[in-house]
Amino acid sequence: MMALDRERAAGAPAEEGGVGALRLLAGPRGGAAEPFAQHRQRLGGPISQVLRGTAPGHLLEAITGSGLRGRGGAGFPAATKLAAALKRGVSGVVVVGNGTETEPAAGKDDLLLRLRPHLVLDGLETVSVATRAERSFLVVPSQAAWRSVTAALDDRPRHGPKVEPVLGPRNFVGGEETALVSWLEGGPARPRYQRQRLLERGWRGRPTLVQNVETLAHLGLVARFGPEWFRTLGTAEEPGTMMVSLSGAVGRPGVYEVPIGIRISSLLEEAGADPAAAALLVGGYFGSWLLPAQVAGAELSRRALAPLGASPGAGVLHLLAAGACGLKEAHLVVDWMARQSAQQCGPCRLGLPALAGAMGDLAQPWARGRDVSDRIWRWSDQVLGRGACRHPDGVVNLIRSTLLAFADELERHRRGHCNGGAPSTLPLPGLG
Amino acid sequence: MSDRFLNVDPTRCVGHGLCAEILPEAIALDDWGFPIIASTPLPRWLRRQGARARSVCPALALSLDGQPSRKGPPPAPSTRVGAGGETAGASSRPH
Ligand SMILES: Cc1cc2nc3c(=O)[nH]c(=O)nc-3n(C[C@H](O)[C@H](O)[C@H](O)COP(=O)(O)O)c2cc1C
Ligand code: SF4
Ligand code: SF4
Repeated sequence: MMALDRERAAGAPAEEGGVGALRLLAGPRGGAAEPFAQHRQRLGGPISQVLRGTAPGHLLEAITGSGLRGRGGAGFPAATKLAAALKRGVSGVVVVGNGTETEPAAGKDDLLLRLRPHLVLDGLETVSVATRAERSFLVVPSQAAWRSVTAALDDRPRHGPKVEPVLGPRNFVGGEETALVSWLEGGPARPRYQRQRLLERGWRGRPTLVQNVETLAHLGLVARFGPEWFRTLGTAEEPGTMMVSLSGAVGRPGVYEVPIGIRISSLLEEAGADPAAAALLVGGYFGSWLLPAQVAGAELSRRALAPLGASPGAGVLHLLAAGACGLKEAHLVVDWMARQSAQQCGPCRLGLPALAGAMGDLAQPWARGRDVSDRIWRWSDQVLGRGACRHPDGVVNLIRSTLLAFADELERHRRGHCNGGAPSTLPLPGLG
Repeated sequence: MSDRFLNVDPTRCVGHGLCAEILPEAIALDDWGFPIIASTPLPRWLRRQGARARSVCPALALSLDGQPSRKGPPPAPSTRVGAGGETAGASSRPH
């Protein structure tokens, strides 16, 4: 790959073992943003210095070699999108850093933008300079993140196109990339039906590259320290670290940075998890449940979780308290998610509320389980893949996982019993 | 001639099912009256009917394209494998 790897890796962020600050969160402790001077000193110079010596082709090689995958949920290879944006003849590219983070149980993008804005800006600049972008947007989830990014931009020398920070929408589907493009055009944050990819036709018709802000932060570090360095943590298939937003029945909830492939149980232990917890929701409100026996040996990677019907998604984990009823909790989430529909597509607008109602039936003791769950399977089949965006698919995933994981609970409900009396801890805020 | 796919723009479709009346061989309706269209190419012998369905749709929601508009398999599909006593395979699309 790159000849300078070894040398470059010398200044790479410190890697402590175990769970904790590894790469993105390495550096100063505390709740303030790392100033540019410190960032530059810690990483061995401004990113502009690195970019001046790196041709776009070399950057693409490094990103390809790193195996970096998107951290916004779907795990798409970053190199594939960059390659499309660098293709000969593609001009007038628009780059969007997606820090919308509308998932209520998530907090990692906000934290990253508040504490390490320069890492994200390094990545955004790297991509913007390489693609010779016309515009470069950075969508942030909160006022605090906006202030942090604005201050960071004043604090650093400008390189490449001017970065435009934008406060993102707060509706759940607003973080979906076509919804975000609409928002950045001044329209509503509603997904669009598009037969072309955004890289063919995005913001005001221009080729648009949307990348999660955590993905960008990793990408900037790969540009500095090279693919071999990047691969020293994580798994061969899914290299690097990932940010995890952990909440629920844990003593120390919050954002953790862990190597991909870490044992989930060691993360939970570190966070002071209740050993008697009922289940773990992995992948947030589009995610899947793991029961304690499954959590015990599971590793946090796409590959390891796939056989369990789960995926790390955007790194949102929620531990369900002992004594909580998974059927009740899932009903609350599905009901909330049904209301988050952009109300454009029939199967989503009508199917999700119907599914939420049926999930509500299952959550009651004396539920006529067999009939209702047959109906849920039928409707979830009908809804899957039929929206303009993936919102209904994600909800269907959670519903199916609920029926599978809590089959015993369902049986108890059928006989008139419910074990769950504990109050819900899942965050379900009022509509945004 | 290359494959043609019948696609529906779900943000336009208003779901009164005219298309399924014209092309029942390729379009089913879900429980809410919205069209479920196979993501396989429209068979050659149905192309004429496909074009008719497209022009009849009052919402201009149907199109005939070189590829299916569905975005491939969803991110993390759960299957029914392991469901107590339930049969596998229900995750295939009806139709
Ligand atoms: C309903 C919905 C909501 C989404 N919300 C976000 C979000 O808040 N932040 C994000 O980065 N990606 C979100 N995504 C994924 C984006 O569409 C897009 O795939 C992602 O930003 C690409 O970045 P990545 O490849 O770096 O992960 C969402 C997707 C869907 C279907
Ligand atoms: S599938 Fe649902 S959330 Fe997505 S665009 Fe259609 S109505 Fe909106
Ligand atoms: S005719 Fe058009 S609007 Fe009516 S159901 Fe078919 S696609 Fe939808």
